[in-house]
Amino acid sequence: MSPQTDSESFVLLRLAERRFAVAAGDIAELVAPSRIFRFPHHTKEIEGVILRRGRIVPVCDVAARLIGKSLLSRRFYLIAQRRYASSTEWVALPVTGDCELIFAEMIPASEADLPHVAGWLSHNGDVIEVLNLNALTPGPIAAQPTVPVEVLHQEALR
Amino acid sequence: MRLPAPVKSQPVRTEQIILFRVSGHLFAVSSASVQEVRSVDTLAGAAKEIALAGIRKVRHIVQRGEHSLYVVNGAMHFGLPPSPPALVFVLRRTRTALLVDGIEKMTTMTRLQALPQAFCNEERDWYRGVTAIDQTVVPVIKPEGFLTPDELFLLDTSLQPAEPATEIGSDFTNEASTETASQDAQPLLGAAPYGVKDADFAQPATDDSAIAGTAPGIFEELFRTPELDGSANTSSFAGAAPAVSGSFRSPDSNNSISTGATPYSSRGVLFAQLDSDDSASFPQ
Repeated sequence: MSPQTDSESFVLLRLAERRFAVAAGDIAELVAPSRIFRFPHHTKEIEGVILRRGRIVPVCDVAARLIGKSLLSRRFYLIAQRRYASSTEWVALPVTGDCELIFAEMIPASEADLPHVAGWLSHNGDVIEVLNLNALTPGPIAAQPTVPVEVLHQEALR
Repeated sequence: MRLPAPVKSQPVRTEQIILFRVSGHLFAVSSASVQEVRSVDTLAGAAKEIALAGIRKVRHIVQRGEHSLYVVNGAMHFGLPPSPPALVFVLRRTRTALLVDGIEKMTTMTRLQALPQAFCNEERDWYRGVTAIDQTVVPVIKPEGFLTPDELFLLDTSLQPAEPATEIGSDFTNEASTETASQDAQPLLGAAPYGVKDADFAQPATDDSAIAGTAPGIFEELFRTPELDGSANTSSFAGAAPAVSGSFRSPDSNNSISTGATPYSSRGVLFAQLDSDDSASFPQ
């Protein structure tokens, strides 16, 4: 039985020698690098922020996590939409080369795949990871559901 | 034929801010949150040294009336390289006096964007949000974010006198040693100590309140407004910023004194504000 497939549009991005894909619906625009403003913080994945169309957009270098090293040079910022519990915000991903819009069928990720992998697609003989930006970029940690104290007491008494 | 009535544009909503530097980084603080700006020289005689291993950013305490202000080193708080501070901001409605390198300027912001949610660590307690001033992005600090309730508790506890070593039902209290301990603790006191429950500080604001701003008192009432552009990330400010009394002087100016306010001590006060709110925590 073949795995379930979806036909969608994707944006291919390049990080050094590797290419990755993001669902085109999650992409806002591709912009030339602009000044990064840095201020103190403790979220190591975030380099700083850029000003874009009046918005202050965090710059998140995902290369360290995806290819094991930070980018020394960058050609564009791919501005993507990052979904949070109650809102969507822009996040700028530095990329090293041109981006390309393609149409392909995505094979959904399996349980064995890393959390940041939303699926896989085949393009020009390459198998390319489709990125799950919600898992790849930092954000608030969802609160763990708590067990009511009464339940714990009942279990302890058993 | 009647012409349609002209549409009245909404007045621009603004908030007056102070841009200041700490270790080369630029920050902003609402001017309404700053009660006084003093030269660090004026603290030399008034500040007592305090050394708490877990909170290295607080090295001094200033007694003000029956309250104590903890002097927070801004560079250490933000994890920046040390730099010689020249000024201290007494932050309104907190127990923090913040050491900074200097003031860049006073200006007005028309838009405060909530800190992007990608920033998900301690910085969420440090900043109300970010704003763009002259095409530069500046974080706007949250005055109550310099000392957490836990840190305040530790600091307050360190100021309390040693409790007599008595136990319920114990008949063997060593009165002599207890007395000695109390006497030893005296120089640390200076005022009746009080714990977290009595402290006049705000809990770290939630994201929503951060968007709405954290300026206290009248400022808060005036400036709690709907958003400028409908974006969930953006907040705006109603009305004009409250009038700022006082004047800025260079740190080495000897005769600097604010006008229209009654600072704690006129000597060395570079800037002070009229109490535009009910900041009863710092009676002057």
